[in-house]
Amino acid sequence: MASGKKRTGGRADRRTEKTMSPSGHPPVRPTAGAGLRVVGRALRKLDATAKVTGATKFADDLFLPRMLYARLLRSPHPHARIVRIDTAKAAALSGVKAVLTGKDLPIPFGILPVSQDEHALAPDKVRFVGDPVAAVAAVSEEVATAALDLIDVTYEPLRPIVDALDAVVHPEPRIHEYGDDGNLHKLINLEFGDVEAGFAQADLVREDLLFFEGNTHLPMEQHAAVADWSPLPDGKITLWSSTQTPHYVHRALAKVLELPAAKIRVIATPNGGAFGGKSDPFGHEIAVAKLAMVTGRPVKITLTREEVFYCHRGRHPTLMWVRTGVKKDGAITAMHFKSLLDGGGYGSYGVASTYYTGALQTVTYHVPRYKFQGARAFTNKPPCGPKRGHGTPQPRFALEVHIDKLAEQLAMDPAELRLRHLVPPNSLTANWLRIGSMGLGRCIRKVVEGSGWKQKVGKLPYGKGVGLACSSYITGAGLAIYWNPMPHSGVQLKCDRGGGVTVFCGSTEIGQGSDSILAVLVAEVLGLDPFDIAVVTGDTDLTPVDLGSYSSRVTLMTGNAAIQAAERAREVIARHAARKLEIPMEGVAFAEGRVFDVADPGRGLTFADAVQLAEAAEGTIGTVGSYTPPASPGKYRGAGVGPSPAYSYSACVAEVDVDPASGIVRVPRVWIAHDVGRSINAATVMGQIEGSVYMGLGEALMEEMTYRGNRNVVHKIPSLLEYKSPTTLEMCDIATYVIEDPDPNGPFGAKECGQGPLLPVPPAVANAVYQAVGVRIDEVPITPEKVLKALRRKAKGEEGRYGPTAFPDIAWPEPTRVPPPWEGGDGTAVGGGKRRKEAVATPRP
Amino acid sequence: MPDAKTKIAFELNGEAVEVAFAPHKTLLEVLREDLALTGTKHGCELGECGTCTVLLDAKPVLSCLVLGLACAGHRVKTVEGMAAGGTLHPLQEAFAELGAAQCGYCTPAFLLAAEALLADHPRPTRDEIKLALSGNLCRCTGYIKIYEAVELAAARMRGEDAKLAPETLYGLR
Repeated sequence: MASGKKRTGGRADRRTEKTMSPSGHPPVRPTAGAGLRVVGRALRKLDATAKVTGATKFADDLFLPRMLYARLLRSPHPHARIVRIDTAKAAALSGVKAVLTGKDLPIPFGILPVSQDEHALAPDKVRFVGDPVAAVAAVSEEVATAALDLIDVTYEPLRPIVDALDAVVHPEPRIHEYGDDGNLHKLINLEFGDVEAGFAQADLVREDLLFFEGNTHLPMEQHAAVADWSPLPDGKITLWSSTQTPHYVHRALAKVLELPAAKIRVIATPNGGAFGGKSDPFGHEIAVAKLAMVTGRPVKITLTREEVFYCHRGRHPTLMWVRTGVKKDGAITAMHFKSLLDGGGYGSYGVASTYYTGALQTVTYHVPRYKFQGARAFTNKPPCGPKRGHGTPQPRFALEVHIDKLAEQLAMDPAELRLRHLVPPNSLTANWLRIGSMGLGRCIRKVVEGSGWKQKVGKLPYGKGVGLACSSYITGAGLAIYWNPMPHSGVQLKCDRGGGVTVFCGSTEIGQGSDSILAVLVAEVLGLDPFDIAVVTGDTDLTPVDLGSYSSRVTLMTGNAAIQAAERAREVIARHAARKLEIPMEGVAFAEGRVFDVADPGRGLTFADAVQLAEAAEGTIGTVGSYTPPASPGKYRGAGVGPSPAYSYSACVAEVDVDPASGIVRVPRVWIAHDVGRSINAATVMGQIEGSVYMGLGEALMEEMTYRGNRNVVHKIPSLLEYKSPTTLEMCDIATYVIEDPDPNGPFGAKECGQGPLLPVPPAVANAVYQAVGVRIDEVPITPEKVLKALRRKAKGEEGRYGPTAFPDIAWPEPTRVPPPWEGGDGTAVGGGKRRKEAVATPRP
Repeated sequence: MPDAKTKIAFELNGEAVEVAFAPHKTLLEVLREDLALTGTKHGCELGECGTCTVLLDAKPVLSCLVLGLACAGHRVKTVEGMAAGGTLHPLQEAFAELGAAQCGYCTPAFLLAAEALLADHPRPTRDEIKLALSGNLCRCTGYIKIYEAVELAAARMRGEDAKLAPETLYGLR
């Protein structure tokens, strides 16, 4: 395998490097871009020592004096009206301090302004097995649990809606009293150019049906929260929670508790894994806050593992139909894509998820005409929402398998087909997404070369195969979840007289290393060691708003804000250093903890002295920075989902061994190339890419949220044993190629790397299985049963395939017709699909 | 009514301790709730995920499945006992260096399982590492950096001047 460019900067040990450099500054990364000293090096994370010593305090590690413990009573019915709740016996139990029901928290909430459909405790109706109906605070978890058994709830069961197809057929009984049509929560119909005319120009038109089963985040840390109430006249609630989005929790608490926002402090504790599963404000967070207010004592809640499966918000099960016309050389003339999402019992991020199943088909290969129809159903199961890749792994799976089939029909190498028709950099797509840097071609060439693709494809013995797939993902969304004209990320920066710097930012450390990114970027701008930067994050009292750790937005958005704040501090410091050194400001350089004359580096001050000089002249040195994404060119209703400051790109080759006797698929090795724009911290980039491949492998082969087929709609496997996820014994080897195609919108060119590399893994595995044994598994997870069924069908002379066979008829609304850029439009709709005033995540005039 | 507390004595991280707790409590609960050692985490409390691994008489056990009472007179080691004299254990050092701890929640368990492995196998093969850690789930890393960290620490513990391949931290280019 080609090892690529040799590097010598493989050491990540700060102490070692300090001893290596007499100046005390880490050595320059060998291939760093012009003048970069810290950016791009492989550094240990700021919190690494705390993480390896067990010192990191996760939410459940907090113990406050006089703390009570809360438990939630959850519905045993998938769909039922609550007739009566009697809590008297529970309240009378010794050690019980408070019992709450839905009437105590009557105000609804939800992450999206258009889906304020949740209650902390269901007031009148339950919508899935596990929906919370009552909360107890007691002196111990045991007492609280015992109290749950004493709460008497009378339910009137309703017919449950078991899946999306059931919802299409049964508009009644309605799960919610809102939504586009019966039990269809959301219906989308977008058309960019005349796809029928495009199909007429094609040499080949192909249709495929695929299904992506739902799966869940499975963070190792169960959700936990601790609330503490300071009585009047303070009247202030503090909530520590394992949340990715303290700002949104802050807003939800203010709404439901009817407290002024200034009387609420939300502190995001370090998340023990999240992957999107801790992005919603949750009922348990609100309930525990209310219990603290009612009892006047701190209250903690820690969900059991089973309850984490009920919180869910994971991958939507998605049925997809795709029709694409191509010329003989593989050039796409038109694409029509339909998706049907099984949303579960509440809205969550689902409206955005539905748009995302149709948004990014256009950003990899040129699609001149594109039509997307998407529907999300309410069903009586735990709500689905954003999991790593949010709404895009499903269509990416469909698209990449579909393209593999098209390539076979055209007798083209699937890598070659893709390479020939890449979206050009700095271009607009049919659905008006603005593409900046685009490194997919480099990614494909790397994995093709590294895997020996050309020597393997079609040439391996029966049972072995290689498959290729590509993907792209957003680096943060162009629009905020609730429309507002304010920045998406804010940073405050304080320079200390001793030469240290503190960065304050609302971002949330979920293990991805976002705290370190802030330190590295500020260190780069101010010429400091990143370990001399203190970082304070995720605390609504102390830090300016950052919207949260989701949609791969943190490095780009907080990074740009941090750079702006650091540059402003540098300007203040340079002004006074220049005067002292009697040189123009442009001649002042910052490096190695010094501020010096770039023309005569020996003449200068320590950074600490320079800060003191500036502070003496101007007072306390503190600056701010903020970041707002660029405006999106699309102006049609629905254009709010898909735009991003920058798109990352990935290509993947998976090698599989398929045992035709058992149907078991093993993946010994994956080659992944990811265009990250620029590595800020090389070590965390590697970790994100490898972790994404791991999670993609799990989704490809085994992970699934499944429910018993009877009318009880009970989760089959709410446990870590039965919900299969890859252990060390299933995990594949990975060859990781880091491609750097800097994007002008990213901090030093950086794009995302935490979600995109998951996306190509499931389709690459599916394509490899076809290479290995000649059957198409058009559904993930690719379990042995499915492989065996397809092999048996093939042996009987039937189609060697396992997958869905029909897409239901759905009463789509009139399409929103938007001419693509090359047809002379300006990004506005020309007919149908009137913009709605309340639409979330859609652009405003 | 809560059960009357029972007192036991055992060796914890090299020191003699006495602790009183309700007799139904697991070692996990005793460590976290009665001894304030929250470095030991939990992912399921059903023996499924390995997150609560500690060493009992130098062997990895799931502390959620061990009764606290069963530890009377035995030796228990938790992550808090790994760093000695203000210096990280070589495994902790390597995990930090390579980013083998991302969210860090499963990390204490992996560290202790790896320590037990290296005690018996100072030069483990990759397959031996995979087998030894196969009862521990990690959702962040894909395990790769964990294997590499165990190998790096093992080499250093053998006194070798271990060099990391550049692609370990920078990838292939």
